[in-house]
Amino acid sequence: MEEAVRYRRERIDRGIKARSDTIYTLASSRDMLYLLFPRVLPIVALFCLPLLMGGSYWGKVIFYSCIFALLALSWDFMASVGLVSLGQALFFGAGSYVAGGFNHYLKWPMLLTIPAATLGGALICTILLVPVVRLRGVYFSMVTLILPLLFAHLIETLEILGGTHGLLSLTPFPNHWLAVYIAVIAVVIVLFGFRRLINEDFGLVLRGIKDDDRVVMAGGINIYWYKAQAIFISAAVGSFAGALMTHYYQFVGRSAFALDYTILPLAGAVVGGPGSFAGATLGSFILVPLSEALRALGGLRMALYGIILIAALAVLPEGIFHYIERKYHQFERVVKI
Amino acid sequence: MEILIYGITNSVTLALMAIGFSLTFGISGLANFAHGAFYLLGGILTWIFLNQLGVPYLFSALISILLVGLLGFLLYWGLMLRLRGLAINEVIATLAAAIVIIEVLRWLGFSGFTYVLPEFIKGSVKIGNVWLDYQRIFLVGIGVALIIFFYLFTHRTKVGLSFRAIAQNERTAISLGIDSDWTAALSLAFGSALAVVAGLAILPLGSIDTEVGYDILIYALAVGIVGGLESIPGIVLASFILGFCQIAVATFFRAQWQTVVTLGAIVIILAVKPSGIFGKYKELEERV
Amino acid sequence: MSDEIILKIENLTKRFGGVTAVDQISFDLRQGEFLGLIGPNGSGKTTLINLITGFVKPTAGKITYRDQEITGKAPYTIACLGISRSFQMVRTFHKLPAFKNLIVPLYSPRVKKFGGGKYGERDDIAIDLLDDLGFERDSFVPYKVAGSLPHGYLKRLDLARCIALRPDLLILDELFSGMAMSEVAATLPMIEKFNREGLTIIMAEHRLKELFRVASRVIVLNFGQKIADGPPKEAMGKEEVQKAYLGTEVEG
Repeated sequence: MEEAVRYRRERIDRGIKARSDTIYTLASSRDMLYLLFPRVLPIVALFCLPLLMGGSYWGKVIFYSCIFALLALSWDFMASVGLVSLGQALFFGAGSYVAGGFNHYLKWPMLLTIPAATLGGALICTILLVPVVRLRGVYFSMVTLILPLLFAHLIETLEILGGTHGLLSLTPFPNHWLAVYIAVIAVVIVLFGFRRLINEDFGLVLRGIKDDDRVVMAGGINIYWYKAQAIFISAAVGSFAGALMTHYYQFVGRSAFALDYTILPLAGAVVGGPGSFAGATLGSFILVPLSEALRALGGLRMALYGIILIAALAVLPEGIFHYIERKYHQFERVVKI
Repeated sequence: MEILIYGITNSVTLALMAIGFSLTFGISGLANFAHGAFYLLGGILTWIFLNQLGVPYLFSALISILLVGLLGFLLYWGLMLRLRGLAINEVIATLAAAIVIIEVLRWLGFSGFTYVLPEFIKGSVKIGNVWLDYQRIFLVGIGVALIIFFYLFTHRTKVGLSFRAIAQNERTAISLGIDSDWTAALSLAFGSALAVVAGLAILPLGSIDTEVGYDILIYALAVGIVGGLESIPGIVLASFILGFCQIAVATFFRAQWQTVVTLGAIVIILAVKPSGIFGKYKELEERV
Repeated sequence: MSDEIILKIENLTKRFGGVTAVDQISFDLRQGEFLGLIGPNGSGKTTLINLITGFVKPTAGKITYRDQEITGKAPYTIACLGISRSFQMVRTFHKLPAFKNLIVPLYSPRVKKFGGGKYGERDDIAIDLLDDLGFERDSFVPYKVAGSLPHGYLKRLDLARCIALRPDLLILDELFSGMAMSEVAATLPMIEKFNREGLTIIMAEHRLKELFRVASRVIVLNFGQKIADGPPKEAMGKEEVQKAYLGTEVEG
């Protein structure tokens, strides 16, 4: 039998010590650059993009991307504790309505409404969701899915908080730049904050709960308390995004509880790659501009998100970010078999 | 009297909406968020067969039930099978499927007064001082029949028993020669078909609106959460509690308050007994 | 060994559907005692452990730990009182480096009291603990991802996780199962040392020869019932125990 010469690709991890999780031995400035580049690049890009776009339509898109990135980050944080939320709209809506309500009825200035909405919204969501964390499986997903939809119904039928019309003429941001840069800074802080937090001892416990909650309980840790904390942190980020959006739009309506605010961050996080936070951000910054570009599709956009989600799950379940990360840390060569 | 009759029909309606979802969940642990989408799709397919293609009503209905059942089967075989085991992905995939179906239907414009399914049996009867149309009686009949069928199916037949075996312990079931993927796919097919049956019983009472795709999901989930997802008595009881409360509230206060009942029930049940009235507390129990 | 009773179990019963996994078991455990828990497969050893540690709620009966009733309390509450357990099946966080596995118990309120909260301090404590248990600190072993370690190491990692909680009562569920002879021989003296230092230990085990070398008392279970209680030789001499073991295969 004749042996055909065959080749295969060999993938090799780049041999730098600094890639170990725990030991840091930086050998050279080249290694430093190797590590710093992927971390600095997104920050620079985030701060420069609004400048390039200015106050144009695409400048607004950057703001929306940031909002959805925050929601995706908040989803990813809960997912890393094993809580799969299908209701980022709950956090978003809670934050929106708390900010809108304080601003509309009590005439609080923006400087007060946004922090109040962040904490208040987070508190409301946590109280609503904490009973469910005792249950395993998909109960949590179901409850998170159903609550925002019910709230939207409630506001519509009871005509509370402005009913179908929503709360109008809220305080706007003084200018576009302030809004965009608050959002950008928030994304950067949350992104790197979460990445840091999840590798701290606290984050280790949270990840432990996801992997094997029995071991964590045997270790004397009240998993429900930690899950509640995770929900609170995550809900605070989501509510903050809602409050920002409310003031940006100068309007809050029941659409704040709409499925859009659930499905787009979800798609962003899944497409980008869950579990890394960077993936969620990256995914949002891909999907939001994409969906704006496809505005012509109108109602089909939601369907498109669904298709993207399914495709991402089936084709690249690890997500774009993990794929890039892997490629960055490896080099390939072709070897003869 | 009024409350009693409307309460019963409303409760059975809720039970009908929830039963397919619970069946699938109880068997394969799969939360089929596309339940509402299938309900809607079934209604619209029947309408197309009936009005565009001129197929007799009964046949249109049967074809739709089979088609959507097949779709459920394909959803499992084509998509869920690849994602099985990762809870996150399963949940997201069915929700995504639901959104694709509903939004495409919405885009195609299947909404409004043109899209009305005729009643199976015309006419109405007066019970006490309440006029009740035959369709509602038919609906109650279907509901009761389905619940009994569902119960007998899972407790008496071989397929049903193997379904329950999988629900209890998938690995053991596999080792006993039960093909878990096959049964799970079947369960999704059954659940989807039941969604269509429910749709065909309920939809003739009004016009088809794509929004019901989401509403049905809300109600199915609400009933499941209140009653405890895997339990048939729980579903029935929760349907009756929610159904009667809704009617009572609508009669004594205002019709709009019905949503409050649902939300209130969920919040209360979550605070008091998160696993639902008859739900098993699947928290920690570890067998040897 | 002092006379203080650390754990008191009264008429403990657990039924799973129609099966009575643990049937009316009562016994006392004194401070510093080394109790062996033996019995054929399926005799209820693991269930008994799950009951004591709160992972399974009893159908009936009462568990008292240091004059405090702990029946039906949450596992983490019981763990914080100082009852630490290992798992029969190896349960580690496979993706984490071995020493990071110990962070979880070190983060618990029980251990927080003793300090060690500053950044990186828990890592040092974890490596110290592992070093004591034969994961040499200068080798690569404690830093390796847990999933890549051999089974014997994982079992010892589980033991380290239990010890990290600074328990007063240590419950080991078939620690030696799947370990090589040499590993057992290396681990046994460590456990003996813990016991000598005052730790009360319950050890469910199939390897009777090794167990009898360290245990001062054994309880034999069969079909959920206690059929013997006493020093190893005496308990094994009982006719019922012989019968229980004759029918089934004795491992180890």
